[in-house]
Amino acid sequence: MGTTFTLNGKSTTVDVDPQMPLLWVLRDTLNMTGTKFGCGMALCGACTVHINGEATRSCITPVSSVAGKKITTIEGLSADASHPVQKAWIEEDVPQCGYCQSGQIMSAAALLAKKPNPTDADIDDAMSGNICRCGTYQRIRKAIHHAASLQAGK
Amino acid sequence: MATASILDRREFLRKSVAGGAGLVIGVYLPGKYEALAGTPAKDGAAINAWVQIAPDDTTTLVIDKSEMGQGINTALTMILADELDLDWKKIKTEFAPAAPQYFNPVFGLQGTGGSTSIRGSWEPLAKAGAAAREMLIATAAKQWNVEPSACHTENSAVVNTASGKRIGYGALVEEAAKLPVPASPKRKDAKDYKFVGKATKRIDSSIKVSGKAEFGIDVRRPKMLHAAVSRCPVFGGKVKSFDATKAKAVPGVKSVVQVSTGVAVVADNTWSAMQGRNALQIAWDEGTNAKNSSDAIRKLYQGRMEQSGAIARKDGDADGAMGGTAKKVEAVYEVPFLAHATMEPMNCTADVRADGCDIFAPTQFQTFAQINGAKLTGLKPEQVKVHTTYLGGGFGRRAESDFIIEAVELSKAAGAPVQVTWSREDDMQHDYYRPAVMVKFWAGLDDKGAPVAWKSRIVGPSIMSRFFPGSVKNGLDDTATEGIATLKYDVPNFLVEYLLTEPGVPVGFWRSVGNSHNGYIAECFVDELAKAAGKDPYEFRRGLLSKDARQRGVLELAAEKAGWSKPLPAGRYRGIAVVESFGSYVAEVAEISIDRKAHTVQVHRVVATVDCGRHVNPETIRAQIEGGIIYGLTAALKGEITIANGRVEQANFNDYDMVRINEAPQVEVHIVDSNDGPGGIGEPGTPPIAPAVCNAIFAATGKPVRRLPIKAEDLA
Repeated sequence: MGTTFTLNGKSTTVDVDPQMPLLWVLRDTLNMTGTKFGCGMALCGACTVHINGEATRSCITPVSSVAGKKITTIEGLSADASHPVQKAWIEEDVPQCGYCQSGQIMSAAALLAKKPNPTDADIDDAMSGNICRCGTYQRIRKAIHHAASLQAGK
Repeated sequence: MATASILDRREFLRKSVAGGAGLVIGVYLPGKYEALAGTPAKDGAAINAWVQIAPDDTTTLVIDKSEMGQGINTALTMILADELDLDWKKIKTEFAPAAPQYFNPVFGLQGTGGSTSIRGSWEPLAKAGAAAREMLIATAAKQWNVEPSACHTENSAVVNTASGKRIGYGALVEEAAKLPVPASPKRKDAKDYKFVGKATKRIDSSIKVSGKAEFGIDVRRPKMLHAAVSRCPVFGGKVKSFDATKAKAVPGVKSVVQVSTGVAVVADNTWSAMQGRNALQIAWDEGTNAKNSSDAIRKLYQGRMEQSGAIARKDGDADGAMGGTAKKVEAVYEVPFLAHATMEPMNCTADVRADGCDIFAPTQFQTFAQINGAKLTGLKPEQVKVHTTYLGGGFGRRAESDFIIEAVELSKAAGAPVQVTWSREDDMQHDYYRPAVMVKFWAGLDDKGAPVAWKSRIVGPSIMSRFFPGSVKNGLDDTATEGIATLKYDVPNFLVEYLLTEPGVPVGFWRSVGNSHNGYIAECFVDELAKAAGKDPYEFRRGLLSKDARQRGVLELAAEKAGWSKPLPAGRYRGIAVVESFGSYVAEVAEISIDRKAHTVQVHRVVATVDCGRHVNPETIRAQIEGGIIYGLTAALKGEITIANGRVEQANFNDYDMVRINEAPQVEVHIVDSNDGPGGIGEPGTPPIAPAVCNAIFAATGKPVRRLPIKAEDLA
């Protein structure tokens, strides 16, 4: 008996333990490794995906709970790194090791979808669940403001 | 000076590796840039070990370093693009296999660490690029029947200067690679560089913002299995017995095997392996560390502090001069163990077969991976292929081999490719920690407030006694004393002692190594001395740096850029610190405020100045200083690994948290224009931030912060 959901626009069915976190379904069952494992306890944000548009930590989300829902991962954000957040990230030279950036970008994209022109306080609220051990926070903040301009067509 | 010291260290490490660790690394050949010339590449030809050119002029630069965020593949690409006149859009990179021609000239083995990449690779790579360029020009000149001097290069092509005819490198490389390699190729003039010295965007951002960069944990091989390992919670403990019945009953679990580090569960996905691991029942022989604790380690250090240690540096006669001084200052400083907490937990994938072994590893030391692979499988080193992936953070943790050994053992046992993935808890509780250290200072000031005698006693573990045992001589380990023994202040009678003390907790390299703790400890004590002398902390330092213009230069620039002499708004305080490490000089001024009711500190702004000599990518320098500051700020504000019943008490980011975006200060980086020898940049941003913040707290409260992390009582 499988679990069916929409993954990056495609209907997808997996036949796995219903308790298996979405993170591991993505990474090991579907070999979509853009979503990262960082802590397994929703403490670091590396595994962030969108579920029905909400930034969600896939490491604690049992796959059974996403049946019938729409999931977007970093692979589905754009085909060619052309989402405003991805463009801003490249232009501001944000990534260092890059490991946390899938999660950072998914959190930032969800923020901008709700608040097209976020304040610094909005950014703190939306992004403080995402750890970057390389310390790229200053550039992340700048890139989110930059992405807001790109998104507004400025 | 930086060049001389790096060569000394290379010699030192090379000897110690060959002699001490029992590894035969082979003969080190300085400047072996001609290696592999003429070797056919997959598509096109290799003109030397680092450069392959395809018929369509696409040039592949073989990156012989690990990219862990420090921007090395961008920097090396810039160096080669300039020296070989490459079309930036036609450059690709790939990570080098483990092979002697890729040995780090600083270490004499293949590895990335100690902020050595640019220092070690700039000259050999530039020379290789210049040599390749001369070979390509010679080939084209012969075809045109003109002198090489009648040709020049641009955008991956040789151009006949008079006629304007061009031949792309791809059409020349096969013939060019057959030529003898010029011994002293003509190098580009720095003024003709298009990339080196200019802010250049990273070449790996596009794949890193789209989830396409392959980290170790992302490796997928046909029929690959996943493993999780249960390791003894007490350091040095061993498996007494185990019952795998429940683990084997977990769906997806294939097998349970004992490995050198514990008991492993092998399954068809990571989740099942971790569930199986949780179901294991293991009786441990906890060994001699079973009752170890942070308190016991502290008492051990305090006891050692009563003894005198091995002498790491002795100028004049500190004990003798101390007696006649007008004012004496004494202090004991302490720092805890710290975990690295790379965002990508430890992992490795191995595929051991009868005829060979492939290791896919996010490793900083390819040579160790290859040697361990050969040792564990009985294969020859050349049969062990090491594939370096992107590293999701390194910071020294990935200099270790524990995760690689596990993967090789597991693949051998399973007869299939196996990926071992550590949980965050595994990663935090089985690290090689930044050493916990205790330092006592005695200093004497004369009647004008000048420090005339300064004695330091450092008590703590030695990283090198495990990693490169041959390098520890007469009880001295440079990585334990750097940051204090390397101080540049004018103190005529200066003594540094070290008491190598084994705490029963494994220790390793942690971004900036000894400077990470000694930089904090020394620079906070300097503020205590300034206060005792009745002087401003900046002016006090400046007055003691008559012999070191670069150290004084970054200090003065930091004070200027931070507006040190200008008053601050009410409730704001500043602290300053300056540390030389890895051949680079960094000064930082931190601006803070304290909430005395909540007992919290906020760091609002950091002004950093850096003199790292000649440099490749100023944008990378800024990024590394910004990041190094956040790394050090986490240690100052939060980082503390504690031991109880022989076990690490912290397990995940809930009890070992990191600085997050809401706590990140605004960082301004100013780079000194310098023609000195290149310095490192991955680490030097870290040491000054903890003392800059603590000195700002000292300015606010009048009480020195002598123990990290900063605690509520420091903020009353």
